Amino acid sequence: MAERYSSFQGGTQRWLWQRITAAFLVVVLAFHFFLLHFVNHASEVTFGMSEARMQTLTYFSLMILFLITATFHGVNGVYNALVNQGLTGQKLTAVKWTLIVASALLIVQGVRTALTWAGGVPI
Amino acid sequence: MSQSYNRGLIEDFGRWREFTAGMWAWIFHKFTGWVLVGYLFTHIAVLSTALTGEAAYTTTIQALESLLVVRILEVGLLAVAVFHILNGLRLLLVDLGVGLEAQDKSFYASLVLTGAIVVASVPTFVAEVL
Repeated sequence: MAERYSSFQGGTQRWLWQRITAAFLVVVLAFHFFLLHFVNHASEVTFGMSEARMQTLTYFSLMILFLITATFHGVNGVYNALVNQGLTGQKLTAVKWTLIVASALLIVQGVRTALTWAGGVPI
Repeated sequence: MSQSYNRGLIEDFGRWREFTAGMWAWIFHKFTGWVLVGYLFTHIAVLSTALTGEAAYTTTIQALESLLVVRILEVGLLAVAVFHILNGLRLLLVDLGVGLEAQDKSFYASLVLTGAIVVASVPTFVAEVL
């Protein structure tokens, strides 16, 4: 049988959520890149264009979900890579909490920025 | 059903000549993942200029986009993102037990498709700065 490589131990919660977020992200990341580099060119970006997109509830919700899933997927991937690298004990605990705090700050900052564009939750 | 192997610590990069296609796919996926998570933090930091005002945001983005080096880095980001997406799809399928026997071929297909998409996108990414 061919050999399968992974940084994750199969069947764990972290492995499962990495796969669930991956399935969402492959679609949304491709959409994000296509919309902001091919439909709208990055050089033409203005505050007003971002504002107009974010004032649509569907787009706003999608971007918030994108931020949360991408942060989880990225940070969970980093954590598992470090576990796979052999990190254990207090060092691993310190890394875990650093990643959790960094993720929380990133999500708060991203949500604040989205709310600035949208002028509040666009309901 | 796919089977996971307990291969211990395999980050012995001094053995790179012995690496199989699956091992290279795993290394590339890990490398592109590190780049993408690093970019995510940078991306939110740049977008946060919107918090200081409309003019600050628009000026920052347009100043960055006027630089050729930024456009080149964006092409690199596209390459990294496309490979991570395509290889991620490959991993999802392998985890579902689909295509394990052809996982080396699907890795090569991911590389070729990434190259084709990136080359075809270069004109869009460097428009107006060259």
